[in-house]
Amino acid sequence: MSFKNRNVISMKDFSREEIDYVLDTAEKLEPVARGEERSRLLDGKIISLLFFEPSTRTRLSFEVAARRLGGQVLNLGSVEASSVMKGENLADTIRVISKYADLIVLRHPLDGSARMAAEFATVPVINGGDGSVHHPTQTFLDLYTIRRESHLEGLKIAMAGDLKYGRTVHSLCHALSLYGAEMVFVSPPELRMPPEIVRDLRKQKIRVKETDSLEDIIGDIDVLYMTRVQRERFPDPDEYERVKNSLRVTGDLLKAADPDLKILHPLPRVNEISPEVDETPHARYFEQAFYGVPIRMALLALAMGVIE
Amino acid sequence: MKEKRDLKIQAIENGTVIDHITAGQALNVLRILGISSAFRETISFVMNAPGARGKKDVVKIEGKELSVEELNRIALLSPKATINIIRDFEVVQKNDVVLPSYVEGVVRCTNSNCISNSSEPIKSKFSVLQSDEEGVSLHCLYCEHVISEEIAEYLL
Ligand SMILES: [Zn+2]
Repeated sequence: MSFKNRNVISMKDFSREEIDYVLDTAEKLEPVARGEERSRLLDGKIISLLFFEPSTRTRLSFEVAARRLGGQVLNLGSVEASSVMKGENLADTIRVISKYADLIVLRHPLDGSARMAAEFATVPVINGGDGSVHHPTQTFLDLYTIRRESHLEGLKIAMAGDLKYGRTVHSLCHALSLYGAEMVFVSPPELRMPPEIVRDLRKQKIRVKETDSLEDIIGDIDVLYMTRVQRERFPDPDEYERVKNSLRVTGDLLKAADPDLKILHPLPRVNEISPEVDETPHARYFEQAFYGVPIRMALLALAMGVIE
Repeated sequence: MKEKRDLKIQAIENGTVIDHITAGQALNVLRILGISSAFRETISFVMNAPGARGKKDVVKIEGKELSVEELNRIALLSPKATINIIRDFEVVQKNDVVLPSYVEGVVRCTNSNCISNSSEPIKSKFSVLQSDEEGVSLHCLYCEHVISEEIAEYLL
């Protein structure tokens, strides 16, 4: 399986075998990501980080991944992106950066911008998040976390919080459907999973359940994937207060949980996971953040063809 | 009566007759073919003409045979339309429209945040799907939004 010159735009472009291959590669690179081993795999390669909107976590994670593999980073942060390329369309920017760098990581506020960038680029493009639709490297790292900390085969996962607008959970649902996972969606009625996604999953014979209560399901799942509920989604502040407290992971809630339950969260969190949970073996969200590094190392190395 | 109507439809020397267009869609058919006031050939059309299977529209384009790709776009709006290629007053070819699997630069994406609605030098691109339950739907190849209703309203 060769990923050389392959773009990473949407999870939907990847088969289960290809996803497994990326996860396997990440696992091999983990000691390098942790700084326990040295690697010069990307020696002489230049990776351009082209961020048109701020996302410090994603940018740092790519930067660390590139540097741990000995690559050079051309960091066109959001401020520079707006002044250096002032008035220039994205297509031209991509054509120019393609001449400087061996790979482009793009973060852009418009939906579909990474797909367009890949049309104009002569080097591989990795989507670091475009608009509100795709963030494939996040989904890869979520899958990697589930595989490392729990299991992908026969998984029972609950996703909780803002399931309506949360792109990370939409993309994760699609990817997990390739593994036949059982899914429970926990949200207030206002923020339910879009019905077309639920319908698609059922069409693929995925077992799906919807509820608004964490208590009801906490004893019956292997992974709980929490997401943030934003105040601005609620016209009524009282309703927000009610939801905020009903979808909260606390030490009390976890008394009914399976001892092997793992809790993930794409971060940053606000108050949906109380601090006392951090010290329990259930909390895996900081590990999850770290796993972004081996995953991005794997994607960089595969796309540039230094690992085949 | 039947003879007379056939005569009306075939009475062009060379060109294309698009028959059995869903009633009321003739103007949209011209738009989907990119036919505007700059078009130099003779166009005539009938709207809401009585036909054996209810009302229909008919468009006649004289002196021009349109490509299959162009004509198949009509299927987005009018899946039952038929295409007659006329040479020397004779129908030399008669085909049903076939839903294309892909359209470019025909329909605008309904997602205002889509890159295809920005000033970038690209055309909108959609894959076209058809299901029994949902009918024809267009899937934006940039942002993955789906248009399944009122496609005619988003014609470029
Ligand atoms: Zn779109």
